[in-house]
Amino acid sequence: MKEVVNLPVKKIEEEEYHINMGPQHPSTHGVLRLVVSLQGEIVKSLKPHCGYIHRGIEKMCEKDTYPQIIHLTDRMDYLSAHINNHAVCLLVEKALEVDVPERVIYIRTIVDELNRIASHQLWWCSFGMDMGGLTCFFYGLRDREKILDIFEESFGSRLLHSYYTPGGLMMDIHPNFQKEVKNFIQYFRKKIKDYDDILTGNIIMQERTKGIGVLSREDAISYGVTGPSGRASGFSCDVRKRHPYALYDKVDFREILGTEGDTFTRYMMRMHEMRESMKIIEQLIDNIPAGDYSAKMKAVIKLPAGEYYQRVEAARGELGVYVVSDGSKTPYRMKFRSPNFSNLSVLDHISRGVKIADLVAIGGSLDYVIPDIDR
Amino acid sequence: MKEADFRDNETLELFRKQGGNILVTTLDAVMDWGRSNSIWPLTFATSCCGIEMMATGAARHDFSRFGIEVYRASPRQADMIVVAGTIVNKMAPVLKRLYDQMSDPKYVIAMGACAVSGGPFFYNTYHVIRGVDHVIPVDVYVPGCPPRPEALLYGVMQLQRKIKLESLTDPRKTQNLK
Repeated sequence: MKEVVNLPVKKIEEEEYHINMGPQHPSTHGVLRLVVSLQGEIVKSLKPHCGYIHRGIEKMCEKDTYPQIIHLTDRMDYLSAHINNHAVCLLVEKALEVDVPERVIYIRTIVDELNRIASHQLWWCSFGMDMGGLTCFFYGLRDREKILDIFEESFGSRLLHSYYTPGGLMMDIHPNFQKEVKNFIQYFRKKIKDYDDILTGNIIMQERTKGIGVLSREDAISYGVTGPSGRASGFSCDVRKRHPYALYDKVDFREILGTEGDTFTRYMMRMHEMRESMKIIEQLIDNIPAGDYSAKMKAVIKLPAGEYYQRVEAARGELGVYVVSDGSKTPYRMKFRSPNFSNLSVLDHISRGVKIADLVAIGGSLDYVIPDIDR
Repeated sequence: MKEADFRDNETLELFRKQGGNILVTTLDAVMDWGRSNSIWPLTFATSCCGIEMMATGAARHDFSRFGIEVYRASPRQADMIVVAGTIVNKMAPVLKRLYDQMSDPKYVIAMGACAVSGGPFFYNTYHVIRGVDHVIPVDVYVPGCPPRPEALLYGVMQLQRKIKLESLTDPRKTQNLK
């Protein structure tokens, strides 16, 4: 008879195993691949793999002139396309010391905030969908279409507009712009209450988000988590307040800070930000001064040799553009400091020890856009 | 030009009018009606076009009027893959695998300039697949950067016309094209 050999058998609960979340996974909002190390249902560690949508935008910028680069920045963080354009435009204007007409600055500020609302609305849709509430998807996108209508009327396109150019705007706003924006604000002030009724007050959603994925203030600073995700941890990082550009030093708005740093606080930050953005728009919309929609720029824009940096507050955090110019019409080197990349880096840290279902909620609350991570 | 080279829906519909076996064509009509009106897309989006695809599925444009009822997260439950966004070299094997995992009959819509031809990333790049048809066969191309939801709806309607020309005896090929 054969002898029974007693092999050392590991208990299943102790065994650690890896699963791939993505690249095709509906809750990663794109093609992010997370290699999740699990013990049972508990996330032990997590490793994001980037590059599934690496389009080499930084490298392409080295071949393009500055007005052309605007079109590429649109496609980085497509949900805050205007704000990305704004960063490059401000950088070029700062380098050339161009005086931009007052009208342009007003319009840019309003459009940036509209873009921020649209971005947060889409985030709200997808966050609700991640938590299993499909109604959010329909409600959020219904209201987002109203903003897209305004964009379409004035800028001729729905998602990627390339509306800003160095020195001004592509074209003037539509005569209906002010009326439509005011109608929208009036409409959305009522509708945002529905958002709270549907999702914020929902007990299932609260149970799943409160105390989950806590990010401390120190960690937020050391990881460089900015935007609503950073502010939820109490990290005062709003570029609009710290390093004001456009009209943000003249308008009255609050930089909302959270204390908890959990998923629910990150959720509430964005809900508050939508209200603050509406407040900013309301202050400006009646006061758009008359004038030119663009400063006079040379046909070929050449930046003087040197290094330039400009930051703006995109919908997801601080977007920085760094340019090294050698005096020619194309940049020598262009680097984007994208908010999503830093926000993703903290995912491993805050999701250790949570259940795998909570990982979806945490990912949703960090609100990453994958083409902005990979660029 | 050979008969097989005609790919546009108008010509194919003309060919179909030439008739066939009454039993087969009746069955075909029933099958095609069912197939073309219940195309379930895969939840797959790589970049900007994905947002417009979401908008197409949402309240105003409402995909499901055309039977594109639900987005399925698993390729095994999906009939159609809308390639929404740029496909880079690293993503191409994944896309191929997703396509292989889908069960027949399966259809592909290349949505947006990137999926059609590489789009804005055609020049000066080292990493972008210049058209998704290098990886998987494409049924309908929807140009635009990104295409409007109406454009995607039109593309879907064209796909439905194409499906309605399928035959039971000869799937993925039109009738009378022997």
